Amino acid sequence: MMHNAIEIRNLTKNYKGFSLGPLDFTIPKGCMVGYIGENGAGKSTTLKAILGLIHADSGEIKIFGKSMNEHEPELMNKIGVVFDAINLPTDMKVQEVGTFCKLAFTTWEENTFGDYLKRFSLPNDKKVKALSRGMKMKLSLSIALSHQAELLILDEATSGLDPVVRDEILDILLDFLQDENHTVLISSHILSDLEKAADYIAFLHHGKLLFMEEKDLLVERYALCSLDDETIGHLDPEAIVGRRKHAFGQDLLVIRNLMPKSIKLTNASIEDIMVYIIKGVESESVAL
Amino acid sequence: MNIQISNASNDPIYMQIKNQIKSAIISGSMAAGEQLPSIRYLAKELRVSVITTKRAYDELEAEGFINSVQGRGSYVSLQNKEFIREEQLRKVEASLLEAIKGAELAGLSMEDLKEILDTLEGVEDDA
Repeated sequence: MMHNAIEIRNLTKNYKGFSLGPLDFTIPKGCMVGYIGENGAGKSTTLKAILGLIHADSGEIKIFGKSMNEHEPELMNKIGVVFDAINLPTDMKVQEVGTFCKLAFTTWEENTFGDYLKRFSLPNDKKVKALSRGMKMKLSLSIALSHQAELLILDEATSGLDPVVRDEILDILLDFLQDENHTVLISSHILSDLEKAADYIAFLHHGKLLFMEEKDLLVERYALCSLDDETIGHLDPEAIVGRRKHAFGQDLLVIRNLMPKSIKLTNASIEDIMVYIIKGVESESVAL
Repeated sequence: MNIQISNASNDPIYMQIKNQIKSAIISGSMAAGEQLPSIRYLAKELRVSVITTKRAYDELEAEGFINSVQGRGSYVSLQNKEFIREEQLRKVEASLLEAIKGAELAGLSMEDLKEILDTLEGVEDDA
């Protein structure tokens, strides 16, 4: 029995002016991982390497314990992919997409696909190119969920969509995760979607993984507070992870259990943590 | 069962879930043997991480409030040992206290009382 959906060892990929890695991480089955980082941090490059769409310079990637090179047809059935751009002939009508996909996936389920088209109210007679961004995204997701995939990979798929659609998508992902063998890897620079439901956060910055942690632990470890400069002078310097100085004091991201009980702390969102840590890394004063 | 999550609370979410299930069990609104929602269903409904709901259930199990059976789900403990025992002990003590008061009024000694208790026990055994 294989317990990991994805294993990445020592992955590197160099482009002119950008290098990814060396990257090591493991995604256990049955969880949702939020893969976050700024634009250009290397998220899409990682996902393309996982899918075998680009060749890594070095390293090893295993999906369900198997390498993509040797088991591509089998693995492509098992992975549902949703990218920010849809990969279909643009003149194809929605109702023709199923016939097309039957050729691409041996595990294609026409009925499941039909159910998703209905659930998302996708118009059968419209051409792919005439669909709105939200509808294209829903069409992609319908395809991804109709060939018995056990791993869903979404790359910036929900960015640029309105909050109501994002909310609908989150429900679909949570439905998918009711099966404990199912795994979701979702990359994003917008965190509101993931924040609530993700089990792990993997945080990529300039091609390097800063951490991969249980989201609950992150939320427990860090907190926010606003203080005056004098009070901050009395704090354990180790407690301060990142700061924003302004004309009237400072906002801090701190390590909760290194702070005196008397100081009022508020909960930090994953987005707060990401912003303060990046600022901290860039000023080289980070205490992770 | 009702569970409300507050993001403003200083209690971590797993603890909020744990405490609310605990009070449902103690108040009796969840009965012994009753099945709890699966950790995945609970996570989906509350839109929290599966790790969060799993941790809440793990701690409830460690404290003896629920039992989890691999592949079948989690149930409110049948013998919620400590809690239920304490509750029963309190009831017995209250009844005995009542009996002692009655005995004092009737001018019976503690010896008489113990004798009555023995006799009653014999009656119950015979029955």
